[in-house]
Amino acid sequence: MAITKEHELHKRRRSRNVGLGLTLGAFIAIVFGMTMVKVSSGDFAMRPTENSTVIDSGGSPDGD
Amino acid sequence: MSDASFDPTLTDTQEAQFGDYFALLKPRVMTLVVFTAFVGLLAAPVSVHPFLGFCAVLFIALGGGASGALNMWYDSDIDAVMKRTAKRPIPAGKVTREEALAFGLTLSVFAVVFLGLATNWLAAGLLAFTIFFYVVVYTMWLKRLTPQNIVIGGAAGAFPPMIGWAAATGEISTASVLMFCLTFLWTPPHFWALALFVRMDYDNATVPMLTVTHGRRATRNHILVYTVLLAIFAIGLGFTQVGGPVYLATAVVLNALFLKGAVDIWRRDEAASEADNFKVEKSFFKLSLLYLFAHFGAILVDAGLTRFGVL
Repeated sequence: MAITKEHELHKRRRSRNVGLGLTLGAFIAIVFGMTMVKVSSGDFAMRPTENSTVIDSGGSPDGD
Repeated sequence: MSDASFDPTLTDTQEAQFGDYFALLKPRVMTLVVFTAFVGLLAAPVSVHPFLGFCAVLFIALGGGASGALNMWYDSDIDAVMKRTAKRPIPAGKVTREEALAFGLTLSVFAVVFLGLATNWLAAGLLAFTIFFYVVVYTMWLKRLTPQNIVIGGAAGAFPPMIGWAAATGEISTASVLMFCLTFLWTPPHFWALALFVRMDYDNATVPMLTVTHGRRATRNHILVYTVLLAIFAIGLGFTQVGGPVYLATAVVLNALFLKGAVDIWRRDEAASEADNFKVEKSFFKLSLLYLFAHFGAILVDAGLTRFGVL
């Protein structure tokens, strides 16, 4: 049987396959959207103390 | 090599379609979950990014749907013997119990984790507790054990506004607890009024119903007691931070009408009810549908008026 031929099984499962495809698409859109919102609102920004420790100590937290 | 999922004996009517998996989520129940969670989220005194708010309501709805799928998995034996539930995907032979269990568990974990990532872990924890409460405490433990099952099941359905509020604020407050109480105390009179005039086949499924185990007189008494408690908490909610003039006016009018309806039901006996084909019970049930929608709608209106600087 050629792989391109549409079997009766494909017709029967069409709604399931289309639904699953749309669900996965929506999932990707949601993860992307959430990431964009979180990044742009600064949720993933480094805390000032973490930055300043490295910069102020001149490379070593102990000041050596 | 064989495709284990291919079964040529399955006919069109037997094989699960996408809609059958969607039906496992109990979409009608989900509408109440979406609406009340949305109100809880918007009534909170903290603004949430619209997309994260949308995600929060979506994940709360999916969590509620997942618990519905797990409920159908466990209750498939009793669903099969009741006329109202016999066409659900599992008793209809569209979805196997194992598929429903896997679907429900996966969706539960997904909804909780993503709600935590989108908002905060208090909201996610509350959602996880709601799923646990509905599936384990209600469905697996108490539903078949006590005629107070409606009260316990109602508690699970009452969590969404509290989760919505927690998603926005990261806290539990008096207002969110009272929003929980509103749905929690509304469920018993709403359902028992229906049980008085609709013949249900819970008996066949050996699920204890108050009308059968304690009689219809006791059911009328219970309706009155829960309605009085409901009125106290519903009007009390008007004096918290979600209350406003629209909510208070709505609550006073609707609770007066609801109390009158409950007293009328309490004063009647079976002969009087049968004489007018349960007219009072039916109108009380119809009012109960408006009651919950109007209360949460009024909270939404007050929140909108506050946000736009009218109040």
